Amino acid sequence: MKIAVCVSHVPDTAAKINIGSNGTSIDQTGVTFVVNPYDEFGIEEALKTKEKLGGETVAISLGGDANKETLRKSLAMGIDNAVLLKDDSYRDSLSVAKALAEEIKVQGSELVFFGKQSVDFDNSIVGQLTAELLGFNCVSVVVSFTIDGNKIICEREIEGGKEVVETTLPAVITSQKGLNEPRYASLKGIMAAKKKEIIEKTPASVPNYVELIALKKPAAKQPGKIIGTDSSAVPELVRLLREEAKVI
Amino acid sequence: MANNILVFIEQRNGVIKKSSFEAAKAAADISGKLGGTVEAVTIGDGIENLEKIGAYGIPKVSHLKNNELANYSASAYTELISKFSNDGGFDIIFFAATSMGRDLAPRVSVKVDAGLAVDCTALNVEGGEIIATRPVYAGKAMAEIKITSAKKVFALRPNVFNPGTPSDQSAEIVTVTVDSPDLRVRVTDVKKSDGKLDVAEADIIVAGGRGMKGPENFHLVEELARLLNAASGASRAVVDAGWRPHGEQVGQTGKTVSPNLYIALGISGAIQHLAGMRSSKYIVAVNKDKDAPIFQIADYGIVGDLFEVMPVLIEEVKKIKS
Ligand SMILES: Cc1cc2nc3c(=O)[nH]c(=O)nc-3n(C[C@H](O)[C@H](O)[C@H](O)COP(=O)(O)OP(=O)(O)OC[C@H]3O[C@@H](n4cnc5c(N)ncnc54)[C@H](O)[C@@H]3O)c2cc1C
Ligand SMILES: Nc1ncnc2c1ncn2[C@@H]1O[C@H](COP(=O)(O)O)[C@@H](O)[C@H]1O
Repeated sequence: MKIAVCVSHVPDTAAKINIGSNGTSIDQTGVTFVVNPYDEFGIEEALKTKEKLGGETVAISLGGDANKETLRKSLAMGIDNAVLLKDDSYRDSLSVAKALAEEIKVQGSELVFFGKQSVDFDNSIVGQLTAELLGFNCVSVVVSFTIDGNKIICEREIEGGKEVVETTLPAVITSQKGLNEPRYASLKGIMAAKKKEIIEKTPASVPNYVELIALKKPAAKQPGKIIGTDSSAVPELVRLLREEAKVI
Repeated sequence: MANNILVFIEQRNGVIKKSSFEAAKAAADISGKLGGTVEAVTIGDGIENLEKIGAYGIPKVSHLKNNELANYSASAYTELISKFSNDGGFDIIFFAATSMGRDLAPRVSVKVDAGLAVDCTALNVEGGEIIATRPVYAGKAMAEIKITSAKKVFALRPNVFNPGTPSDQSAEIVTVTVDSPDLRVRVTDVKKSDGKLDVAEADIIVAGGRGMKGPENFHLVEELARLLNAASGASRAVVDAGWRPHGEQVGQTGKTVSPNLYIALGISGAIQHLAGMRSSKYIVAVNKDKDAPIFQIADYGIVGDLFEVMPVLIEEVKKIKS
C-alpha cells in the first residue's frame, strides 16, 4: 500500500517566542526547529503499517529549505521517500492543505497520516481539510489504529473518553499522543538518510482565505500573591477563592 | 455583503453542550453588530431542552433527526451541515471548538468553500468585519486574523466566551427527518472514562505533578477534586511515569484548558505545562520551591509542602461545602 505522512517543521516546544519586526512572524533568532512532535506519531504509524502490510512510504512537507531537516529525520526513522513542497511565503491552512492534497494525488497514497496539530499555529485542521479536499475519509485525534483489508477501526480522544470510529480506505488519520512510541533513528538509518534525495517541487499558488493581521504577545499576567508557607495560609486561600475570585 | 449566521449546536447523549450555548450567545452578539439573521442547526436523535437555545438569543433551531445520528458521524454531520448552510444561504457558521467541532469545522469549511478560524478566544467587529484572536505557539503569542473569503467559519474555544444570563425566550424548533445519512465514518461505541469529569470541560481542575511523589498519593488530588466538583489533571511527568492516565495530561502535548480555577499541586510550571493552562481564569499553586515558574502565573500561591497543606485544604473545603 502507498502510505504518506505529512510533517511540519516547528519551533521546539521550549522555545521562547518573540515577535519579529514585521509584526506577523516570529523572531527566529535562537529558536531551534524540530519535527512537529505529533507528526512523529504519524511517522511511526506509517512505518508500522508498512511493516505489516508492505508497500511504500513518503513524507511530505511544505515550507522552506529548513524543512529538509524534518524530512531528513523522517527518512532516518525509516520513511522511504521525501518530498519538499517548497514555499517560503505565508500560506493559510487551506492553501497548505490544497498543496498537500495535490501531492498526495500524485503519490497515489491511499492512507495518509498527519499529526493532530502543528505546535506553531496550533490549528489542528490541516489533516481534516486535506481529507475533505481529496474526498478521503478522516478520523482525527487518533490514539489507536487498526487496519484489516479495507476496513479501519480507530479510537479518537474526546472530552471524557474515547470514540470508537469505523471507516474504510482511502483515509486520513491525525495522530495524537498515545497512538504509539515513535522509534529513534538508528545510526544506519541516519547514514542512509544522508544519501537519499529529497525531491523538491513548487506547489501551485492559491489565494489565502485567511489573512494574518498581527502577532502579539499575550497580555502579561500580574504576579500573584504568595499567601504563606504552610497550612496556616489555607483559610486565607479559601477566603480569597470565595470572596475575591468567587470561583468556589 | 449579507451576514446570515448559522450556529451548530452539539449534543452528546441528547444533552446540549455548554460550549454550544457559549457559541450561540457569541453568534447572537456578532449578529447584533453585523445585522442579518442568526439561527441554529443541530443533529441527533432525541435532544433535551432544545428550545433553550432561544435564551441565548437564537430564535430558531432546526433539528436534523435520525436515530443513526445520535452518535457522531463525521461524514454525515459534514454533509448535513454543509447542505443546510448552502440551502439556507448562510454566510457565516459558528462551532464550539470541542473535539467534535474541531473535527467538523474544517470539513464543513471545505464543503461550503469558506475560510476558517479555529480556537478563537475573542471576536471583534471592526468596520463591519470580524477580527478573530486566537492563541498560537501554545499561547506564547496571540494571532489576530481576518477571514477574507465570502464565506466564513469560526470555531470558538470552550469556556472562554461568556454565555451571559439566559433570558426567558424559547427558540422555535423545526424538526427535519433525515433519510439514509452518509455513515462512511461513524462512531460505533463511546468509551467513557468511568464517569469522571474531563479536564477539557471542567470549571475547576485540581492537578498534581511529580511533587505528589507517587501514584498512591493522588487520592488527595481526587478527593479535593470530588469536593470541588472538579476534574483531576496531571503534568506530563506523572503521565509518562504511568501514575495517571494520559487523558488527564494538561499541556502542549496534552489538553488545553481554560477553567475558572486551576489548582497546581507539586507542578513546577514547565513552559509546556503552562501552554495548556495559562488561560485559566484563576491559578493556585502549592509548591515548596519559591522559584518554581508556576508562581509567575499563579494568582495565589503557597510556598510549602503540599503534604502538609493538602489535608488542611481538604478540611477547609469540606467546611464550606457542608
Ligand atoms: C515536546 C514536549 C512536550 C511536553 N508536553 C508537556 C505537556 O503537555 N504537559 C506537561 O505537563 N509537560 C509537558 N512536557 C514536560 C515538561 O517539560 C516538564 O518536564 C513537566 O511538565 C514537569 O512535570 P512536573 O511539574 O510534574 O515535574 P517537575 O518539573 O519535576 O516538578 C515537580 C515540582 O514539585 C515540587 N515539589 C516536590 N515535592 C514537593 C512537595 N512535597 N510539596 C510541594 N511541592 C513539591 C518541586 O518543587 C517541583 O517544582 C513536555 C516536554 C516536551 C519536551
Ligand atoms: N507545512 C506543512 N507541511 C506538511 N504538513 C503539514 C504542514 N502544516 C501542517 N501539516 C500537517 O497537518 C497537521 C496539523 O497541522 P495544523 O492544522 O497546522 O495544526 C500537522 O501535524 C502536519 O501533519
